[in-house]
This record gives sequence, structure tokens and C-alpha cells, in this order.
Amino acid sequence: MNGSLIMIVIGSALINNVVLNQFLGICSFLGVSKQMKASASLGGAVIFVITIASAVASLLYDYVLAPLGLDYMKTIVFILVIAALVQIVEMFLKKKSPAIYKALGIYLPLITTNCAVLGVALTNVQDGYNFAQSVLSGFGTAVGYTLAIILLASIRTRIREEDIPAPLRGAPIVLISAALMSIAFMGFSGLSF
Amino acid sequence: MKKYFERLYNGIVKENPTLILMLGMCPTLAVSTRAMNGIGMGLSTTAVLILSNLVISLLRKAIPDQVRLPSYIVIVASLVTVTELLIEAYLPSLYEALGIYIPLIVVNCIILGRAEAYANKHTPMLSVMDGLGMGIGFTLALTLAGLIREILGNGTAFGAQLLPQGIDPIGIFVQPPGAFLVIALIIAVMNAIGIKSRQRKLVEEGCSGACAGCASAASCDKAGEVNGK
Repeated sequence: MNGSLIMIVIGSALINNVVLNQFLGICSFLGVSKQMKASASLGGAVIFVITIASAVASLLYDYVLAPLGLDYMKTIVFILVIAALVQIVEMFLKKKSPAIYKALGIYLPLITTNCAVLGVALTNVQDGYNFAQSVLSGFGTAVGYTLAIILLASIRTRIREEDIPAPLRGAPIVLISAALMSIAFMGFSGLSF
Repeated sequence: MKKYFERLYNGIVKENPTLILMLGMCPTLAVSTRAMNGIGMGLSTTAVLILSNLVISLLRKAIPDQVRLPSYIVIVASLVTVTELLIEAYLPSLYEALGIYIPLIVVNCIILGRAEAYANKHTPMLSVMDGLGMGIGFTLALTLAGLIREILGNGTAFGAQLLPQGIDPIGIFVQPPGAFLVIALIIAVMNAIGIKSRQRKLVEEGCSGACAGCASAASCDKAGEVNGK
């Protein structure tokens, strides 16, 4: 059991990386990765929100939606819960922990429309994960996202100094960097057993 | 009549959501492994987009400004659920192929973006044409990417064998890295032949430039300001 829980974290962070393998959260991955510092803060906020959101979504599904046979409502319920949750987390942090709020606050509303959050909640239900498995898979996914965005931000700091052929400047070279990172991450598929 | 065709042209060419505005990148990268998947995803999104534009345009005077985003999300999520159930019932093989990306149409930036930028200010007829144009533009871009990846990575086009049996296809193109590569090359070719794309803004200036129509644009801007400091 313990082994499989660890495998869920490793699997969702490295083997099935949320950005490089499942293409969720691409918009912020490309948009925010320009700045190293911003990428790290966004990564922190994403870990925080996805972990809480997977926990809440899992409880809600197991104890409300599934017993009432409202399985088909899950998309609507999850997206509203995530939006509300982000608001509550934001207000709570603002009041109770101004330091964390200052570091993460601006990125919190951005995360509502990050498809990775809804994606993880729906995948957990699809895979039939229980509460502990859902939380760990959410946490692992978010760690994978943070890892990917920080790596891309570091690559982009180097690219900025290079002489890139004109048609490739801007989005194409960033996407090509992402492609190379994705090839590198394919190496992790050897970890699954 | 002319302004209706103008909306179509705008969505398909001038403001093509995927290739010019760079919205909805997640499904574009994820489901473009086969040309048929591209068409399926594109048409599902088009259906949701037309209906959400219609409903939001009809309700544009009824929805108070302060609660418009939650209202739009509920409308879009309901339409997506209906679409998902229909696909599951009538096109099970497409449902298998698209999987989690069907419910994720809810968070596709194109849909909330058009609601916010167009449908809540214009008449229902014009909004429907706008949705149709944007939807066709999205479908064409997805199908193009899917076709390139399918030919290079699998040697087939729309399921029909294209390359002779003796030539091995390049498998990497139907795997995740191929998605990034193909989209990068399509945009690079567009840059080279001089089609002005706003995507440069997305990566150079953060979200504020490209996602102007997106529901989260305001918070993106805030993030951008902090980046600048």
C-alpha cells in the first residue's frame, strides 16, 4: 500500500508530467515562465491550490455526488467548488498569513482557469482514487507542474542571450524547448513498474 | 449580411484562436495525434461555443455585471456536460479517444474569452456567427496539426495508409514531444511567410497581451505588473 502511494506521487510528478505529457496548464506554463521568480511563486500557489482542491473534490464526490447518483454533475460542481475555494483561500491567507498572501496572492485567481486543477480532480474520479490517493496524486501533479515551469524559466533565461533565427523567435523557440524537455521526461517512463 | 460573413472570416483567418491568438493550447497539443481526433474535438468545441455565445447573448441584459463570470461558467459547464453525454452515447470511440479533454472544454479560454469579448455586447445572431467562425478556425487548426502529426508519426492520413509500407514513420511525432514540435514549426512557418501573429506577445509580455479576451486577463495583468517590478 505504501509503495503504491509513493508510486502515485512519482507517477504524477515525473512519469505522467501534467504539462509535458498531458498538456494541462499550458497557458500559464508559456505565459509566466518568462520570469524565474514569478514561475517559482506560481508553482508554490499551484501546489497549494491543487492539493486542497483534490482533497475537497474527492470528499465531495465520495460523500455527496456518488451516493446521490449525480455523477454527471461533476464537471459543473468541481469547477464551481474550485472557483469558490480559490476565493476562500485567498481571503483566509489575506487575513491570517499576510506573508504567504504577499508571495502567492496575485497568482491565486489566475489558477481558477488553470485547467490542471479541474483536470486532476476529474482524473482522480476517473481512476477511482480514494481520499489519500487523490490528495497525493494532486500534490504530485502540482510538484510536476512546478518542476516543469521552473526548468522552462531557467532555459528561457539562457535563450534570451542567444542569436535565434528570426522566424523561430518568440513562441516557436519556447515550444521547441518544451518539446526537448518532454523528450527528456519520456526517460522517466522507465520508472514505472 | 456582410457583417455576418465578416465574423466568419474574422474567426477563421484574421483572429484564428489557436494560431493567431494562441488560446486553447491545451486541447490543441493534447488531442492532435490523429486528424480525426482534431475534427472531433474541434466540432465539440464549436457546438459548445455557438450555444454558449447564443445563450449568453440572449441573457446579456439579464445577468448583472458583478456576477457575470460565475454565470458564464455555469452556462458553459452545463453545455459541456450535455455535449459530453451526447458524445458518450452516440460516438463512443471518439469519447474514448478524447477522454478527459471533453469535460475540460469548460476551461478552454476561447469559450469564456468570446463570451467576455463578444457575446455579452452583441446581438444573438452576430454572436452565433462569431462562435461559428471561431469554432471553424479552431477546428481547422486542430485538424492541420493532427494531419501533420498523423502523416509523420503514423504514416496515415484520416486513417488511410499514406506512406509505403517500407518507410518507417517517425514515432516521436504522435508522442507528446511531437505536439510541441509541430505547433512550434507551424507558427515558425507563419512567421517566416509574414503572417502577423499575436503569439509573440504571450511569451514576451506574459498573458496580458494575448489573453486580453480571457476571463483571467485582469489577474494576468496584475501578475505581469509584479513581474515588471
